[in-house]
Amino acid sequence: MIGDTLSRIGRVGLFLVRVLRHAGVVFTEPRAVVHQIYNAGARSLVIIMLCGLFVGMVLGLQGYDLLQRFGSEDALGVAAALGLLKELGPVVTALLFAGRAGTSLTSEIGLMRATDQLTAMEIMAVDPLRKVVAPRLIGGIIAMPLLVAVFNVIGLFGAQLIGVQVMGVDPGAFWSQMQGAVELDDVNEGIVKSFCFGVACSLVAVYEGYHAQPTAAGVGLATTRTVVISSVLTLLIDYILTAAFLGR
Amino acid sequence: MPGEPAVAAPSDAVVRVRGLHYGFGSRKIFDGVDLEAARGRVTAVMGPSGTGKTTLLRLITGQVAPATGSVEVFGQEVTTLDTAGVYALRKRMGMLFQNGALLTDLSVVDKLSNQVRAHARLPERVLRQLVLTKLHAVGLRGAAELMPGELSGGMARRVALARAIVMDPDLLIYDEPFVGLDPVSMGVIVRLIRELNDALGITSIVVSHDVRELASIAHHSYLLSGGKVVAHGTPAELDASPLPIVRQFMSGQSDGPVPFHYPAADYHADLLGGGTERPRS
Repeated sequence: MIGDTLSRIGRVGLFLVRVLRHAGVVFTEPRAVVHQIYNAGARSLVIIMLCGLFVGMVLGLQGYDLLQRFGSEDALGVAAALGLLKELGPVVTALLFAGRAGTSLTSEIGLMRATDQLTAMEIMAVDPLRKVVAPRLIGGIIAMPLLVAVFNVIGLFGAQLIGVQVMGVDPGAFWSQMQGAVELDDVNEGIVKSFCFGVACSLVAVYEGYHAQPTAAGVGLATTRTVVISSVLTLLIDYILTAAFLGR
Repeated sequence: MPGEPAVAAPSDAVVRVRGLHYGFGSRKIFDGVDLEAARGRVTAVMGPSGTGKTTLLRLITGQVAPATGSVEVFGQEVTTLDTAGVYALRKRMGMLFQNGALLTDLSVVDKLSNQVRAHARLPERVLRQLVLTKLHAVGLRGAAELMPGELSGGMARRVALARAIVMDPDLLIYDEPFVGLDPVSMGVIVRLIRELNDALGITSIVVSHDVRELASIAHHSYLLSGGKVVAHGTPAELDASPLPIVRQFMSGQSDGPVPFHYPAADYHADLLGGGTERPRS
């Protein structure tokens, strides 16, 4: 069991190295990478914005309920901003990314395998790792921090909507306390997390698709594995990074 | 073709397979196969379903390695090549897949253009001219801007053929090119295989079990069965062969050396509930 897991991690690591050897596609085929940023990023915008709004609204409600018990409801802006920037933004976006863009990447590459499109490339001396996998992996890695940024902005709007507009928190206190308390390190923590989640989720998605059994059931299984592994990895990496940032 | 040698002279063989053994687990696919594809000729590989015809192509193109034996393409031993060597070899090959294997998100002209861009830097105007020339050769210049969903099965097969020849390969491999085509489309593909072979001076290997179509275009045919080459020769020679398995295959008989029934326990015993054990074939 442990041996299998370690060997699997080794295979994924080698796969990543093989794909990153083609990282030059960013410069040689920028259109392909931009197309994948559009696929993984722009096409996930609606779900990211919608969920960001709801998460922010819940944060506004729960935060207000908690803080008003201590007479600190003016600190709602700080609580919402730190919660979103450091934790909820990157984590929830990564989970949504795994479900929307990750499954799309896996099923697309898996179907290309099942319908011999990847084999056809190999036979005609075109490396599918360069032509298919590298642009998708890099596109996903670039898209994730951008989606996190959008999620955070919409989330803050949702928190403000409930906290300020509905619950009556003073808008000046909401924004000024946020501005005073949130530091660059907090923003950096979120950026580092979103980048790491982008690498993990995109890598799992392309790996599972590339190695899917070339059958309908195989592609379905690979898609499921993408969601499960990406979600677990996101939460695991989140804990490790949080502990590292807090110096514990 | 009567009067021609059954096996190509050594210097003429583009593909030479010797003593090939290959299997999946305990199942033997090839048990000592020898065959050759002569330069500039159409070589047909026939055989019942499941005899490993497509696997043979995978061995020739270096996708899988044999257990033992030699696979030589353009004078190079495929089994000893590293990845870069195999890719260099494949630059001289084109392949038509059974299902076309066309990228689903590109128009016809983009599919072919991308194939060229992957190997050569050409001005866009020259590239377009080259692509249109190849599409014209398969009769689809007018379909250059169509997307895959707008192509019929026969057209998709022809686009795949245009893609296979766009880099002017020396060796063109066809994997079941006639499967699922209507008679008109099949006739077009049959004609194109022979015309492209003769006009471009390439070597063609066609894997199929469509005996009549192959007979009309192949210079030399191999019949595979039970992991071995059971017969080879010109289509006329195979047609005249007295071997029972050749007779069964060429005339499409449902029973014979290749049995109609998959090996099973005694029928009566099975019906009466005693014969569920796996039979020995």
